[in-house]
Amino acid sequence: MRTHSSTRRLLGALAVLATLALTATACGSDDSNAGTGESSPKDVQAALDKGGKVTVWAWEPTLKKVAEDFEKKYPKVDIELINAGTGDKQYTALQNAMTAGSGAPDVAQIEYYALGQFAIGKSIENLSAYGAQKYGTTFTPGPWNAVTQGGEAIHALPMDSGPMAFFYNKKVFDKHGIAVPTTWDEYVDAARALHKADPKIFITNDTGDAGATTSLIWQAGGRPYKTDGTDVTIDFTDKGTKQYTATWQKLLDEKLLAPVSSWSDAWYKGLADGSLATLSIGAWMPANLTSGVAAASGDWRVAPLPQWTKGDKTSAENGGSSLAVPKAAKNKELAYAFTEFATTGTGASTRVTEGAFPATRADLESKAFLDTTFPYFGGQQANRIFAESARNVGANWSYLPYQVYANSIFNDTVGKAYVSPTTLTDGLKAWQDASITYGKDQGFTVNK
Amino acid sequence: MTTSLTTAASDSATPSPDRRAAAAPATAQRSRTGTAKRRGRLPHTPLHPRPSLPLTLVTGLVLLYTLLPLAWLVINATKDQNGLFDSFGLWFADETHFWDNITRTLTYDDGVFVRWLLNTLLYVVAGAGGATVLAVLGGYALAKYEFPGRRAVFAVVIGAVAVPGTALAVPTFLMFSNMGLTNTPWAVIIPSLISPFGLYLMWVFAAEAVPTELLEAARIDGSGELRTFFTIALPLLMPGTVTVLLFSMVATWNNYFLPLIMIKDPDWYPLTLGLNAWNAQAQTAGGEAVFDLIITGSLLTIVPIVAVFLLLQRYWQSGLAAGSVKE
Repeated sequence: MRTHSSTRRLLGALAVLATLALTATACGSDDSNAGTGESSPKDVQAALDKGGKVTVWAWEPTLKKVAEDFEKKYPKVDIELINAGTGDKQYTALQNAMTAGSGAPDVAQIEYYALGQFAIGKSIENLSAYGAQKYGTTFTPGPWNAVTQGGEAIHALPMDSGPMAFFYNKKVFDKHGIAVPTTWDEYVDAARALHKADPKIFITNDTGDAGATTSLIWQAGGRPYKTDGTDVTIDFTDKGTKQYTATWQKLLDEKLLAPVSSWSDAWYKGLADGSLATLSIGAWMPANLTSGVAAASGDWRVAPLPQWTKGDKTSAENGGSSLAVPKAAKNKELAYAFTEFATTGTGASTRVTEGAFPATRADLESKAFLDTTFPYFGGQQANRIFAESARNVGANWSYLPYQVYANSIFNDTVGKAYVSPTTLTDGLKAWQDASITYGKDQGFTVNK
Repeated sequence: MTTSLTTAASDSATPSPDRRAAAAPATAQRSRTGTAKRRGRLPHTPLHPRPSLPLTLVTGLVLLYTLLPLAWLVINATKDQNGLFDSFGLWFADETHFWDNITRTLTYDDGVFVRWLLNTLLYVVAGAGGATVLAVLGGYALAKYEFPGRRAVFAVVIGAVAVPGTALAVPTFLMFSNMGLTNTPWAVIIPSLISPFGLYLMWVFAAEAVPTELLEAARIDGSGELRTFFTIALPLLMPGTVTVLLFSMVATWNNYFLPLIMIKDPDWYPLTLGLNAWNAQAQTAGGEAVFDLIITGSLLTIVPIVAVFLLLQRYWQSGLAAGSVKE
């Protein structure tokens, strides 16, 4: 475990180095090759007729089937699917390859929170020239907003989305006769009741997770980040953020959160044996539960996310990723053709059948999708709850153009609130300050 | 020899009845315990000291400490994912999935594990094998030939031993990237060829194990330098060579950081990276958690290295002892 964390730290340092180098190159290049006018939908068709090889860096498991289908439909095209690591590991590799000038893929999976970093560095293609504008209404607003980020440029096509839902272990709640919370205040009460009934049980785990924290602030109505080109505002003192910290601080003060990191083996074990009773997480979670926590099949149920105000229906996104075409791609037209195939139409539907959570309206509203029953959740039609959540995602959220870096320092700043008397508010303030300093160093205008 | 002497002494005591009466019980007792002890084990000499209970206990603890993780690994390789979560870690679950786990490990994701195993073998044979050849040649040359700059080479080698591989990883990556070698097996093999510690070890070993007089005699008899090396020096260097080979093999087999930054294509992963990639699968949305396969894969990964150790152990032991006694 120790080596793992030190490797991560080293990778983090590498990522910073790579970002520095990348930004340096980005400043040196001019805007003339912004991608417009270079390609057209006609060129894409020509490239498909000609054929060639497309290298795809992605960790999303359902893409395998899509790649097979694509090769069947276009026999001249060879798709090479490479799992170059997940999340920030892949971004580090991607930026190293871009900086080094060789080895970059033709298509790369990039999570929404990380897209801004690649977009602002102008290291990915603007897909509007290839004909991507026509998909404006194909995708749900949340993911589409994430890939277009305010401007007219389209940086990627949404692959999946993560509207949040509340997963709870019904067996545990029933055993102790505790009501399933519908508001965050009830959630705190449930956390106390559960932990009192059995000290081994925690309402959830949290050791400081940037993605989870920003998602809950998003749901509470907080909008700490505002980005307009290179003008950035970071402010963790708005009403929504305050509402989040007030509630979450109670859970921290009373030690009601399990000190277990998400995605660790201990986390899976806790989900399996009932010692972690709930998760507020993206709608992609069923796939992980089914394969990783098979032992608890039938124990879990899905409910709408607890609300900050009783009777509300607001939700937020947690996770979700897109497919982008790096500027360094060798065959951009083919790369776009695959991206389009995998994210829209039959490709998207295939992936939904294989277990991915859709970002396309058609799939999200299809009867087959909504009527799917989940034996894992005791036969519940969970997709109805997820679809409802997708419709209620709070608008106008944006991430930082250097969110990957910001998330990498989350545990050094906000993380202190989890292990020392520092409050969450102070932690967020420290995170804000560090993010501002870094942004300024990178040449952004921050909080002017 | 000593046993027969004791019995002869007690026999000689028999003729005198009065002495016999007094001495008999004591002698009989002494001779009985004496022979029993001497037949059972060797006398306590500095080479065979009296067994010490505290020392045995400490050694036992260390043995337990060493074997416990291995036992854990073997036991848990028999469990499926559910068994891993709900059974006691140091004992078997109700069902045994050992063979099933092995089959699944070898076939999961189109048998990518076998590919990683072959990659690791390639890196070990080419990297560790090459490192040993270079260390033997270099160490012998440094020990037995006078040439200008020898002291400088010595300083560089000693310095290189002190530099951790991790510190060189990033510069090496940038260099290989400029040469267009990243993401190829060469990026792992070439850096593995350099083993400053191996070179130093061979140097020290060659200086001790190959008498200069022998080489001079060979030269006088008209043997060329290459022939002298292969027919006279190399057999003498064998124990040292095996030691260096063993060290570089273990280092290359376990190498993680170098391939991690050099190789992005899973087709060229060694086992260490591959297992980590499987572990990382559990850490993403939509990824499949395969803890059972990771544990079985880890067991399969250490089997070859354990086998190599057991096979080469005797050479290694004699290698460590060589040069320790002044003859």
